[in-house]
Amino acid sequence: MTVTLRLTVSMAVASFLGLAVVPLFTARADRLNLLILIFLGILLAQSWNILAGFAGQINLGHAAFFGLGALTTRLLWLQGLPIALSVPAGGMVALLFGVLVGAPAFRLRGAYFAIGTLGLAEILRITVGNVLPEISAMPADYVARYSLIPRYYLFLGLAGLCTATAWALNRSRLGYGLLALREDEDAAEASGVPTLQHKLLALSLSTLFAGLAGGAFAFYHASYYYQHPFGPSWTFEALLMTFIGGVGTTVGPILGAIFYVVVKEVLTVQLLEIHLLIFGGIFILMVLVLPGGLIQAATRLRGWLPSGGGSRRGRPRAGRG
Amino acid sequence: MSLLPQQIVYGLLVGSLYGLAAAGLSLIFGVLKILNVAHGELIMLGGYSSFWMFALLGVDPFLSLLLTVPIMLVVGFFLYHGLFTFVAASAEEARIRNSLLIGFGLALVLHNLAILLWTADERGITTAYSGQVIRVLGLALPIMRLGGLAAAFLVILGLHWFLHRTYLGKAIRATAEDWEAAALMGINIDKTYRVAFALGVATAGIAGTLVTIGYSVSPSIGLEWTLKALIVVVLAGLGSIMGTFVGGLLLGVAESASTILLGGAYREVVGLVLFLGILLTRPQGLFGR
Repeated sequence: MTVTLRLTVSMAVASFLGLAVVPLFTARADRLNLLILIFLGILLAQSWNILAGFAGQINLGHAAFFGLGALTTRLLWLQGLPIALSVPAGGMVALLFGVLVGAPAFRLRGAYFAIGTLGLAEILRITVGNVLPEISAMPADYVARYSLIPRYYLFLGLAGLCTATAWALNRSRLGYGLLALREDEDAAEASGVPTLQHKLLALSLSTLFAGLAGGAFAFYHASYYYQHPFGPSWTFEALLMTFIGGVGTTVGPILGAIFYVVVKEVLTVQLLEIHLLIFGGIFILMVLVLPGGLIQAATRLRGWLPSGGGSRRGRPRAGRG
Repeated sequence: MSLLPQQIVYGLLVGSLYGLAAAGLSLIFGVLKILNVAHGELIMLGGYSSFWMFALLGVDPFLSLLLTVPIMLVVGFFLYHGLFTFVAASAEEARIRNSLLIGFGLALVLHNLAILLWTADERGITTAYSGQVIRVLGLALPIMRLGGLAAAFLVILGLHWFLHRTYLGKAIRATAEDWEAAALMGINIDKTYRVAFALGVATAGIAGTLVTIGYSVSPSIGLEWTLKALIVVVLAGLGSIMGTFVGGLLLGVAESASTILLGGAYREVVGLVLFLGILLTRPQGLFGR
């Protein structure tokens, strides 16, 4: 291991452990809830980024997989299955569905893949809303036993696992293959990268974590419409967080999620429902002038400082113009 | 017994608006090769423009088009120069992706700006003649929607005439065909891009006015209309404004007919399933080539 690598890993492990002991020091629900929302954001962004950032496939139907995970977990859990089994089941259902639709969907390229997946998610959202129009409320005995602590650890664990997976993927042979096909699919195929297989693997990982995130959501929320997790806003939030942080990197989605959730909470506290207006504007600016997101901004800033200028690890998505 | 014919009539009435909405998207996509996913939000803006002219000044909604069109042309001009010149300058492959992203950001901004300025309430236009229904052969034809269909058809005819009979229109079609060859022939590409984009936005604005007249408008209608327009563009393919209009009518009829079989709850799903089916059987879409 190189020095930088050892430093990165130990810093990541230290922050994970630091977050793990937070509930020992504070039981304040608002703080734990804020962290849970950040973890959920990291999960959504990180899992979306595996397919969109690494493999270059803009999936506008991420909410479908989040929703399927939530639906499966919720139904099984309310039937009496332990949550330790219900959440993985949610992840598996999302993954299976992902593989099922992935093979035909990957015949579509670029924008067609994006609008095709958006259409797919809308079909699921409307259908679920028709079949299960009622609110899913936790039964009284579930509510009586409700505690934030296990939810906190579930979200933290999943966010950590997803980040570790993305990090390992980015450094693996598979990761390099994805990078190659993102930059030029035909050239990658010609160089011996099995592009369809690679895309399906990236999709599997992405949908698995989206489904697990949905499962955690179903465990966390006392009552919501079954249709709600299928809404397009979940996809849009994942996209915003990833691009604001830095698409195609592992740290980007984390930075993006923290920035997004904290700014959103601050604005909501002041009764200003304008966070999407602000983030939409930031997002346009980023696509125009800073396609690498906050990561790129940090790199540039460091370049301008007199003493800095160190080389960066990680591979921010190349700005395309 | 007249359930099916009546549903088909309703389908044609709403389908004419799908066709008009898609015509603007198709024009921009065909000429500039960019996919503006904020198209539905531009429709929403056009709707509000006419709604406010009616609510504040009492302008007849059909007459308000005379003001909405220039307003939307200006909006289109500024959007093109502010955001989409950057996109149009990038290479073909990156262009569509960048336009998707910019359009997405723009949709968020316009949607939330509309909520902030005009609240999330649903608004409709009720004129003195709104409730009137013409009856032909036992079929009910609501006069507002009939007017919408007529206006949509006239706009489509006008666009068709413009693209086929004027120099600028021919230049736009040549640019859509092959912009490099068109540039070599002395066509000002930047100008055709600008005009095509502004025309597409103005068409969206007209569609928005007609939607508000026949149905209603709210800040959240954007995504739904973007999807409708995309479905029609995939259904009809690029290159023919008339074809796009017919595609819109087809989608409207398919949706209405499905409500008889499946009930109203699945009418949105029908179009989307059709859309995915066509995308998958023709991997490049029915979009030209």
